[in-house]
Amino acid sequence: MKVSLKVWRQKNANAAGEFKTYASPELNPNMSFLEMLDVVNEELSNRGEDPIAFDHDCREGICGTCSLVIDGKPHGPHKGVATCQTYMRSFSNGDQIVIEPWRAKAFPIVKDLVCDRKSFDRIQQAGGFISVRTGSAPDANSIPVPKENADLAMDAAQCIGCGACVAACKNASAMLFVSAKVSHLGLMPQGQPERYKRVKAMVDQMDTEGFGACTVTGSCEAVCPKEISLDFIARMNRDYAVALIQGDPKQVVGGGAG
Amino acid sequence: MNLLQRVWRSSLGKKYLMALTGLALFGFVVGHLVGNLQVFGNPELINSYAHFLKSKPGLLWGARLGLLATVAVHVGAALTLSAANKAARPVAYAGGSAYGSSWRSRYMLVSGLVIMAFVVYHLLHYTVQLPAVNGGLDFHSLTTRLADGTQVQDVYAMMIHGFQVGWVSLFYLIAQALLFIHLGHGLSSMFQSLGLRNHVWGPRIAAFAQVASFAVFLGYASIPVAVLTGMGGDYVKNLKKAPTTTIETLR
Repeated sequence: MKVSLKVWRQKNANAAGEFKTYASPELNPNMSFLEMLDVVNEELSNRGEDPIAFDHDCREGICGTCSLVIDGKPHGPHKGVATCQTYMRSFSNGDQIVIEPWRAKAFPIVKDLVCDRKSFDRIQQAGGFISVRTGSAPDANSIPVPKENADLAMDAAQCIGCGACVAACKNASAMLFVSAKVSHLGLMPQGQPERYKRVKAMVDQMDTEGFGACTVTGSCEAVCPKEISLDFIARMNRDYAVALIQGDPKQVVGGGAG
Repeated sequence: MNLLQRVWRSSLGKKYLMALTGLALFGFVVGHLVGNLQVFGNPELINSYAHFLKSKPGLLWGARLGLLATVAVHVGAALTLSAANKAARPVAYAGGSAYGSSWRSRYMLVSGLVIMAFVVYHLLHYTVQLPAVNGGLDFHSLTTRLADGTQVQDVYAMMIHGFQVGWVSLFYLIAQALLFIHLGHGLSSMFQSLGLRNHVWGPRIAAFAQVASFAVFLGYASIPVAVLTGMGGDYVKNLKKAPTTTIETLR
């Protein structure tokens, strides 16, 4: 099979970008979408042209590195898979496929289809952690966790931080990502001490990074390769309301033991 | 920072304000509908209700100012949030609308703004009662007497006259259709914004939003449709002869 690709090309962060159309060489329908790009790139570099830059790493759907808005939908036509798990058999011979980078102010484009997702790292650093004693691993089951909470926390923890939610949202909102990170720690006993401080810090960082607000359109849930539910956003909104009313914790002045 | 500042400066805080003011405005929409539906009873019913409202200026102006403040917060938060949302995606995608989004959710700003324009017009029509908006008739001139003999404004005649004008009813129906779109999304989203939703209550809340928004649409739309199909026509025709009622300026 052969397809034609309409791809966003942009030399660097400051250059103006444009769409360019390429005809693919003969493809195996069982190639993954990224393998197809590899083949196209090989031909481009053989011709002496600059290959198309795109993000990829594990290619088995768990690292969250691959991106690409394919024909208007982040991660391509299927539900619950990332771009790396999308195969050329999902397209027809002769199709024109439009490939764009994630588009958001908080995800500036580095080159072509590669965008800078460090804003997600900064949100995570603002509160996406728990304080524990490090060193030897604790005994299993030394902290009881209700089964329902463990299941729900695992659902949230599936988030691979790819940013498809931001890419799909008409407001470029990061609410689904932040709510997954807030919930997976907030549901566990180990996450309780910092629960409200965490949600406040992460949401405030999200606002600072320039992501939009949630208008409950449901786009994020529809494109998420890990099918994270909008329910986590409601859960985060609940926790944030408590944090907002509590306000910043008061500074402890003096005191201490002895 | 105090609580109000914390709420206003945060995107989630503004969504809480949108939800709470939206809930208050929905309460008004329902209350106003119940009041208006009295037009289907005896003319005396709605006329005495209107007189009762007007006879309590403290309550009336309290409610009016409260509603004005609520609208101001709702619209203020909506405009600032949508400006931030637009700024969050400086370069648009080449193809198509937001994948997987419900269509009502994409028209919240535009439906809201048209509804607001309608409310201004509606206030000029029936509250300020500008003759120019009524096709020339001065509503202040429509008066009647209640059973106890009190001289009051004939609100029943005012509504019939108002909706007998075709384009007035058309604009009214368009605004109600937009309100239906707006409430269908807004009524379920307010629960999400306030965090009062989970996988059990989610579908129930969505169903409530569908039913409530459609019921509000049917209720409001029934009035102009009834008037256009002849309700009250004889009443306003007879007004011109009846001794207890006066129409001073019918241009």
